Amino acid sequence: MSDIADRVKKIVVEHLGVEPEKVIDSANFIDDLGADSLDTVELVMAFEEEFSVEIPDDAAETIRTVGDAVSFLEKKAA
Amino acid sequence: MFDLTGKSALVTGATGGIGGAVAKALHAQGAHVAISGTRREALEALAAELGQRVQIVPANLSDKDSVEALIPAAEAALGQVDILVNNAGVTRDNLFMRMKDEEWETVLRVNLEAAFRLSRAVIKGMMKRRWGRIVSVTSVIGTPGNAGQANYAASKAGLIGMSKSLAQEVASRNITVNCIAPGFIATPMTDVLNEKQREGILTKVPMARLGTPEDIAAAAVYLASDEAAYLTGQTLHINGGMTMI
Repeated sequence: MSDIADRVKKIVVEHLGVEPEKVIDSANFIDDLGADSLDTVELVMAFEEEFSVEIPDDAAETIRTVGDAVSFLEKKAA
Repeated sequence: MFDLTGKSALVTGATGGIGGAVAKALHAQGAHVAISGTRREALEALAAELGQRVQIVPANLSDKDSVEALIPAAEAALGQVDILVNNAGVTRDNLFMRMKDEEWETVLRVNLEAAFRLSRAVIKGMMKRRWGRIVSVTSVIGTPGNAGQANYAASKAGLIGMSKSLAQEVASRNITVNCIAPGFIATPMTDVLNEKQREGILTKVPMARLGTPEDIAAAAVYLASDEAAYLTGQTLHINGGMTMI
């Protein structure tokens, strides 16, 4: 597991208060992890802060699963 | 009660009668206050009166770029904005049939659009900190309407609807969003009324007097405080009983 994936999963666990085992790549923030729309906005804000990147609104809308977030941030870091 | 020590507040339209009183009242409760307006000299005079814990952040809310720059400027000056008071407002009264596009647009832009942009800009920081207060100064006119003020009434009713919607979105983050609806308050905005108009208004006010800016400022202090934590999406009508809603 990459360092980025570790950090993403840590943020998701902390922010949504879910079991770490549930935070798998295919987990959808809303459908699987119980996030509401405001939580997803806050997760994006948390990712922006953790990785010092800017995630524009149109990109944020495509980040629906844990895996989406990891691959987006890995691409940004590359 | 109502201690605002350690809190930072931005007040727009702080050179006006109500805005100035709100800024002074928040400051008196211990808040660090950023005062905004178009007239730099008037802002400087108010800042001199307040002394410590005050910042000047001039802005012209009819100009979109100036609006967009205001929150970053206030955050730079204050560190963060915990309390936003959307107070700035203008009137361009005219009969509906004679109302110019420009009169409509100016009032909506300053009174409603600027409040939208400023609220959107502060909300991110408030969400992160899990605490925030947005107080918008609307008007008694927003509810019953007023002949000759279709633009003003639309902007003030709009503020109420906007605040209720935002209140629902951010309530779970301990951010409250409320309005204050002043009735007729003795300020430069109501000084333009002639004696006959003034008398006509007073016959409809059970208190039989115009309100004072301090009557409004007291409500702003309350809404900004920790004590008002369970109050959101509401409009406090402070009008001497003129309109009971």
